[in-house]
Amino acid sequence: MINQYSNRKYIIGGIIIVFSLIFTFRIFYLQIVDTSYKYSADNNSQRRITKYPARGIIYDRNGKILVFNEAAFDIMVIPQQTKHFDTLDLCKTLEISYEEFITQYKKAISYSTYRPSVIVSQISSKTYAILQEKMFKFPGFFVQGRTLRKYPNPIASHILGYVGEVNQNIITQNSYYKQGDYIGISGIEKTYEQLLRGQKGVSIYMVDVHNRIMGSFGEGKFDTATVVGTNIKCTIDADLQQYGELLMQHKKGSIVAIEPSTGEVLMLISSPSYDPSMLVGRIRSKNYVELLKDSLKPLFNRAIMASYPPGSTFKLIMALIGQHEGVLNTNTRYPCAQGYPPLGGHPKCHSHASPLNLIEAIGHSCNSYFSYVFKSVIENKKYRNTYKAFEAWRQIALSFCVGKKTESDIANELSGNIPSIKYYDKVFGEKRWRASTIISLGIGQAEMGITPLQSANVVSIIANKGWYYVPHIVKEIGNNLNDTTLNRFKIKQYTMITDTSIYKNVITGMSDAVLTGTASRLKINGIDFCAKTGTAQNPHGRDHSVFVAFAPTNNPKIAIAVLVENAGFGATWAGPIASLIIEKYINKKVIRVDLEKYIIETNLIGN
Amino acid sequence: MIRKINIFKSADWLTISLYVILIIIGWVNIYAAVYDEKHASIIDFSQKYGKQLIWIFAAFVIAFAIFLLDSNFFSFFTWPIYIVMLIFLVSVLLFGKETNGQRAWFEIGTFKLQPSEFMKFATNLALAKYLSSYNFKIHNIKSLSIIGLIIFIPCILILLQNDTGSALVYLAFVFLLYREGLTPYVLFFALLTIILFISAMLVDKFIILQILLYAAPIVFFLLYPRFKTLGIGVAIFLLSFLVAFGINFILSFQYSLYYVFFAALFLTTITIIIIAQKKRIAYASVIMLFLFSAVSFTFTVDYIFNNVMEKHQQDRINELLGIKSNLLTTGYNVNQSKIAIGSGGFNGKGFLQGTQTKYNFVPEQSTDFIFCTVGEEQGFVGSMVVMVLFSTLFLRLIFISERQRSNFSRIYGYGVVSLLFLHFIVNIGMTIGLAPVIGIPLPFFSYGGSSLWSFTILLFIFLRLDSHRFEKLA
Repeated sequence: MINQYSNRKYIIGGIIIVFSLIFTFRIFYLQIVDTSYKYSADNNSQRRITKYPARGIIYDRNGKILVFNEAAFDIMVIPQQTKHFDTLDLCKTLEISYEEFITQYKKAISYSTYRPSVIVSQISSKTYAILQEKMFKFPGFFVQGRTLRKYPNPIASHILGYVGEVNQNIITQNSYYKQGDYIGISGIEKTYEQLLRGQKGVSIYMVDVHNRIMGSFGEGKFDTATVVGTNIKCTIDADLQQYGELLMQHKKGSIVAIEPSTGEVLMLISSPSYDPSMLVGRIRSKNYVELLKDSLKPLFNRAIMASYPPGSTFKLIMALIGQHEGVLNTNTRYPCAQGYPPLGGHPKCHSHASPLNLIEAIGHSCNSYFSYVFKSVIENKKYRNTYKAFEAWRQIALSFCVGKKTESDIANELSGNIPSIKYYDKVFGEKRWRASTIISLGIGQAEMGITPLQSANVVSIIANKGWYYVPHIVKEIGNNLNDTTLNRFKIKQYTMITDTSIYKNVITGMSDAVLTGTASRLKINGIDFCAKTGTAQNPHGRDHSVFVAFAPTNNPKIAIAVLVENAGFGATWAGPIASLIIEKYINKKVIRVDLEKYIIETNLIGN
Repeated sequence: MIRKINIFKSADWLTISLYVILIIIGWVNIYAAVYDEKHASIIDFSQKYGKQLIWIFAAFVIAFAIFLLDSNFFSFFTWPIYIVMLIFLVSVLLFGKETNGQRAWFEIGTFKLQPSEFMKFATNLALAKYLSSYNFKIHNIKSLSIIGLIIFIPCILILLQNDTGSALVYLAFVFLLYREGLTPYVLFFALLTIILFISAMLVDKFIILQILLYAAPIVFFLLYPRFKTLGIGVAIFLLSFLVAFGINFILSFQYSLYYVFFAALFLTTITIIIIAQKKRIAYASVIMLFLFSAVSFTFTVDYIFNNVMEKHQQDRINELLGIKSNLLTTGYNVNQSKIAIGSGGFNGKGFLQGTQTKYNFVPEQSTDFIFCTVGEEQGFVGSMVVMVLFSTLFLRLIFISERQRSNFSRIYGYGVVSLLFLHFIVNIGMTIGLAPVIGIPLPFFSYGGSSLWSFTILLFIFLRLDSHRFEKLA
């Protein structure tokens, strides 16, 4: 039976063959020609494990460890790879609540179903040991090794800073950081983050059906090696720092000590402080909030962020500027009537012999004298008017890095303030102010504010007779001698006053202060040193006790600024603390144990 | 007894072998796809491969049983079978269990049955029966209507189950109808519709309109090479265009140029058809009607796409045509499927070594995406083996169909080829990114009792009919 359409079998057969051929070519293309799918598949079946290098260790100037690392473990999850598991068992093992677990798990899913997220961070080695036995029960979960910061001594928290998890902001700004990574948030940890963190590495493993690691992929050819974080030697003297923190306990304030010949910061204290290990690990966020709420502001680094009126210590700079501007020399004498006579005894002064010359005025910290000096500087005939003279005065002061950042490597440094013409124009009206209006600037009061670090740097400049190195807290970076990071701290910086004889006069005055003047009760056996007491008027409460010094007088090894908040006269609290620290640093031993005990035991905070 | 032996002897053992080989390869791949060390035993009935093993043995029993039936049974009982299956389809709509938004399953205990699978062979039987009836002529309104009813009644019932994929399968019968004398224009128009749909999705409709406008006179001239007639046609169009443009001008260009062209085309079509009727130039009318419908069709594509199709269907088309792609949501399946197949390379990763399929990267890997496992673990070589086996089966079935002496058997045979072939191209086309994601199984391969049994019944009824060809001689 011949069907009239039977030839159509060829068409239908042809269609089948054509489709089969199209499919064959397509499969050939997918499997043989196009290699992109193979890479995608690799991504699917390989486990990329990020290896975190240990952060660099930080040593003090004598090689003592300030911070090192200990192992910690994060529990990670790849949501897509999880199967049914006993949630309660896992929660119990990890010591977290069910709700907490679910929240974290949901967060992980919303981040990515096929990329690892942290479920619980920083479990202890003990928990890890228990968990490891049970790990097979929880497919999709794995343990990520980490290191945590560990502090042998609870000191220098403000210098070292702390490390915390990166936030979304950082992740978007810097592609190096991924969810769950850590970053230095303050102190050296922040400033030297790039060196300390090292370089993350990635190991690629083959994973089998059960998500078990079967070995390294391509014999580790495609792994990227981790680079261990660079160790850092800082300029801090751990013993001195610890001693300073002991002296400052129960007191609000700050101590900064600098080695004048190098600009190295020997100690930097902001009190009250906190134990740096409080901000490590899982307790970090809880403790952080508590520290933040503390009314004494332990997180606030007073040494570099708080600007206090410098008080009488500013008279040193006035003495320098006066001489430099030619309106003052060692024979200049001014009267004092327990105050500045032209303004009816304001600013006030304590009782002492009168009139005094420059050296004596420094030694006795005469307010009247330096008000005269300020007036003569501001009304200097050399300048066309008061305002030109004021600007000249301000520029010189700024060249001492007061009211201006020192550009140190201490993170979050603030600049302090020296008021400008613009500011006074605004307050008093344009050109409606003169020397007498702002006379208290001459004795370091009023709107002026400088940080303890700047104070210490000023003393260091005087000790050096006119120059300084930018204060810094890092001495050496790793073993790499070619590292240029620290080169900027090896350039001598000069102030606008370079005549060393000008400084010599001031130094003589400071020496007099210790020998016969305001600091005469603070003499140290066997050490000649120079000092200046100060009392910073505090509009919000009791005056701050201020003291600056350097020692020894010849060949200075330490320049120090001490500020104790609401403690009154400089010679009463800040002075003894500075004196004890100098004794400790130069003599390595303190023999004035009674004074030491008295200072340590005094509580100036109240309560 | 003697009769039975004859039947088995005369059975087409090549087809049976292809069937068995495909089922075995299919099962091995289901095993690989759901393999899990905890359930390594092949007869673990809690696992899919264990269950599939039961379905396979049952399928063999069904096949054997079909061979025991009289060869006239199917022809005789065609209509009762067809009606019973329709009743099943209706009752699943009423009493079926709704899963994944589809009301396509009967559930008796843990046992699930999908009536729409069995409707396929019933429809095929019905078509064969009707088309082989005495004095049947395909090209008249009555036969076309009845054919339409036979095909579209089950189709609509399945659409009501919300199982678009299974309903689309019935388009396969176009091949059968073509073989039985349906005008080739149907295939041609089907192809053209697809091309127009795709181009309307991808290209600006104005461009398609322009191309069609240029193509029409060229085609006309090739068929009827007279410059004068062509000139008249073009003149009519230009005149219509001027009229349409003029009207738009009066309406201060309220409508875009596209609509002006469209209106001009409409005017031209009417005019030319009227003239062509008088002058008896049939081509002109056909071409103009075709041109006008094509343009109208592109015009409605947007509407169909946005208003008739559901969101997931739009997504799948967008993914296939590369208009809009999201590898994590709508494009995830196909992308993972391509990764699995692509990563197989030439030799494949080896049995049970596929990382993609086992890692659950590919969804529905034991059912709709079973071909991924072949591609990944057996590579290009394995894929080609499967391709060749299927192609051989199809060509063999055509060969067998053509050797039938009864029209009923031949038509039924073509129905078998058509249905199997459509499943094959849609399923594999989907896994390699050549067809949109339509969830229909790969015959003999995919996990699932209903589809395996239905394909077995479909095939073995034909083999039974075929084995009968010697009976008549005897």
